[in-house]
Amino acid sequence: MISQTVIKEFESILGKDGVFLDETDRHTYSYDAAVLEPVLPSVVLRPERSEQLGKLVRLCNENAIPLTVRGAGTNLSGGTIPTKGGAVILTNALKKILEINSEDLYAVVQPGVVTAKFAAAVEAKGLFYPPDPGSQAVSTLGGNVAENAGGLRGLKYGVTRDYVMGLEFFDVNGEIVKTGARTVKCVTGYNLAALMVGSEGTLGVFDKIILKLIPMPAGRKAMMAIFNDMARASETVAAIIANRIVPATLEFMDNFTIRAVEDYSHVGLPVDAAALLLIEVDGHPAQVEEDAAKVESLCKEMGAENIRVARNAEERDKVWEARRTALSALAKLKPTVVLEDATVPRSKIPEMIQALEEISCRFDLTIGTFGHAGDGNLHPTILTDKRNKEEWHRVEAAIDAIFDKALSMGGTLSGEHGIGMAKSRFLEKETSRGTILFSRRIKAALDPKGILNPGKIIGE
Amino acid sequence: MQDMKKLAQLLKQIEDQLVVCMRCGMCQSVCPVFAETGRESDVARGKLALLDGLLQEMFNDSDGVQERLLRCLLCGSCAANCPSGVKVLDIFIKARAIITSYKGLSPVKKIIFRKMLARPELFDRLMEWGSKLQGIFIKPVDELLGTSCARFTSPLGDRHFSSLAPKSFHRMVPYLNTPAVDSGMKVGFFVGCVIDKVFPKIAQAVLHAMKHHDVGVFIPKDAGCCGIPALSSGDTNTFNNLVRYNLKVFSAEKFDVLVTACATCTSTIKKLWPTLAEELSPQELDRVKDLAGKTMDISQFLVEKLGVREAAAAETGEKTLVTYHDPCHLKKSLGIAAQPRTVLQTNPAYQLREMTEADQCCGCGGSFNLQHYDLSSAIGKHKRDNIVESGCSVVATSCPACMLQISDMLSRAGDRVKVKHAIEVYAESLDKK
Repeated sequence: MISQTVIKEFESILGKDGVFLDETDRHTYSYDAAVLEPVLPSVVLRPERSEQLGKLVRLCNENAIPLTVRGAGTNLSGGTIPTKGGAVILTNALKKILEINSEDLYAVVQPGVVTAKFAAAVEAKGLFYPPDPGSQAVSTLGGNVAENAGGLRGLKYGVTRDYVMGLEFFDVNGEIVKTGARTVKCVTGYNLAALMVGSEGTLGVFDKIILKLIPMPAGRKAMMAIFNDMARASETVAAIIANRIVPATLEFMDNFTIRAVEDYSHVGLPVDAAALLLIEVDGHPAQVEEDAAKVESLCKEMGAENIRVARNAEERDKVWEARRTALSALAKLKPTVVLEDATVPRSKIPEMIQALEEISCRFDLTIGTFGHAGDGNLHPTILTDKRNKEEWHRVEAAIDAIFDKALSMGGTLSGEHGIGMAKSRFLEKETSRGTILFSRRIKAALDPKGILNPGKIIGE
Repeated sequence: MQDMKKLAQLLKQIEDQLVVCMRCGMCQSVCPVFAETGRESDVARGKLALLDGLLQEMFNDSDGVQERLLRCLLCGSCAANCPSGVKVLDIFIKARAIITSYKGLSPVKKIIFRKMLARPELFDRLMEWGSKLQGIFIKPVDELLGTSCARFTSPLGDRHFSSLAPKSFHRMVPYLNTPAVDSGMKVGFFVGCVIDKVFPKIAQAVLHAMKHHDVGVFIPKDAGCCGIPALSSGDTNTFNNLVRYNLKVFSAEKFDVLVTACATCTSTIKKLWPTLAEELSPQELDRVKDLAGKTMDISQFLVEKLGVREAAAAETGEKTLVTYHDPCHLKKSLGIAAQPRTVLQTNPAYQLREMTEADQCCGCGGSFNLQHYDLSSAIGKHKRDNIVESGCSVVATSCPACMLQISDMLSRAGDRVKVKHAIEVYAESLDKK
């Protein structure tokens, strides 16, 4: 419990409106989008100015109050669940885009800016911020940086990490730490930004983020390749990359997902197809034409049954609408949806897809698979009902099996959803005991009382 | 503790609908209330989690949950945008009813709903008294918009409300039963409380249009309220009585379509009567379903049944710029957005120009506006800004409740923009023919 004195101090910093104490309100910050048990925080704090944020962090540390920062609460690995109770700090009132610089191609934002709103503001100036996680309509940039969020364009454009030029964050004492710069080159001091990106709120609290922007590609072309054989589809993914073509997006959808999407949105998908590849190339118009032609002929060579090239923006939108509705369409089928994101080197995609089929049979579970095949990041989506205890055990066993398989292929536990609570017990499997201990030493040095999002990533 | 179990037991009936929410949080991108407050308990995901918490007996603050459930416009933006297809409105309305039945209806609401609303004849008479007396308490501030503000300090604060019409529509037309002529069509006309008592001119415009198209019209004597105010406050008892009452009065005549000019009435009759009215006999339920199936928004009727089309672009003449606001209960609940726009474009004197975020909620939400006026106004302010930015001199819509809210917002800001119903714009074009 937090003492009345401290509560009074919170209130003197934020005013009564910024401090939520009511149990009913606190309940709404006990969960995120991960399928995990909720934990009730003792207090929820909503700063509106950055100096308030720094004061709150210091106060929490002085009083050894666990502190979990929350943006939109869309985390899929439990990163925003306040596992130890304590304080939840909301960033959604820190939502100013401080600068979009078209001459030097960067932007400075507060952590609570919503990803899609930022992308739209940047696009209005003819620039491009590529990371587009599935939750971008609500997710915050602070959360994206903390989780090193990915998206559909990872293959060509990389992930959030590749766009963070610099950070200003509060350390656990509430002192401001600056790293990186508004310049392309910067070797001033330790590269702390690299440590902070993906640290899931365990090392510091973001105050400002400097993001890299790039010119908007002049042309783009989308197509859909239809396969009667799943293996052929997955081999085509590997072949496209092996032929030195880097599409902006290269997405995969299995038959189960295709049928779910078509049932739901009637976009005209071939429901008999074993698998679909949704491909978009972008860049200079001439290059786009050349790449598109190459991809088309490669798909044919690899045995695609049919290829539909979008002839205009409307057809292109249809292709991506099909992909965007995949998770929704699957989610409608069963009450509980477990969205996994184990990732493998892209050449191993065929093998991984086959393994997923086997796992689905072995544990007698419904698994729809779609995802970012081009970067090896598939989303096997397990459909279940958590209230069915017996089936839930099989789900947990299947998740273990998926992790084991991905690791055995040289892959990784999580491509973009983070480790949080959901995967921390697997971390040692992928890394080593030494890695965990090394990480814990860093954590202990920077956060001696262990108040910053305790229990996440590296356990305790 | 016993009580907690009892409430949890009652909530069991919505459990299967509650578990569909996967807590993805996408509702945060569209909820007008959340956009203002940033509080999770104001967005659908938070409210669903709270209901789940009561159901799982994690806590027992039924007062707190009810209070938060009522901080909702029931605009349906979340449901329309939900990846998992959670039936959010169904859940919220049922949950309000469950918690109300558990805690009991507040004494004030009991009087309003059970003693007044459920008795249409009495309700009408009381409102007439209201319209006669209101001159003493309010003064007109804006003749263009027809709004008033309170003369003395009153519980209504500084809102500019559209006052009750001096003569409500049912006084002008207490009963109507005209046969179908050339069109071969006959409609039942569900007038609805707000049009009847505040905007009788809308009902007159409907009759004008029906007459023009030789469509027969049936209006029963003493038609009741559609029941949404009672239902949204959790009073299913009154709602059931009103559904049954309306069923009875509209059964007196045969007609092809039941038309309304109120988006909220339309969506209540179409979606809520058949699914949420209880204690109906199987025969009554069949009739409710039949009636719901043939209920149409007036613009939808004009376009789909009478084949009304946009006027050919006239080259000459100065045009009045009109922008259109999508009522949530038409677009998000029923998918009706194109038809009212078509209707506006039938009038060659007008030119339609879209505002940004035309389908953003106006913030009225019926009794939400009364209980959370500041929040309602903050949401309405965005609507007002978008209307003014469009540069139009008229804003049209299809719901009298939206018209109340929009008139209030424009009037308080001193804007010179007229608020009209789409059917009024249509009827004006008939005048000129």
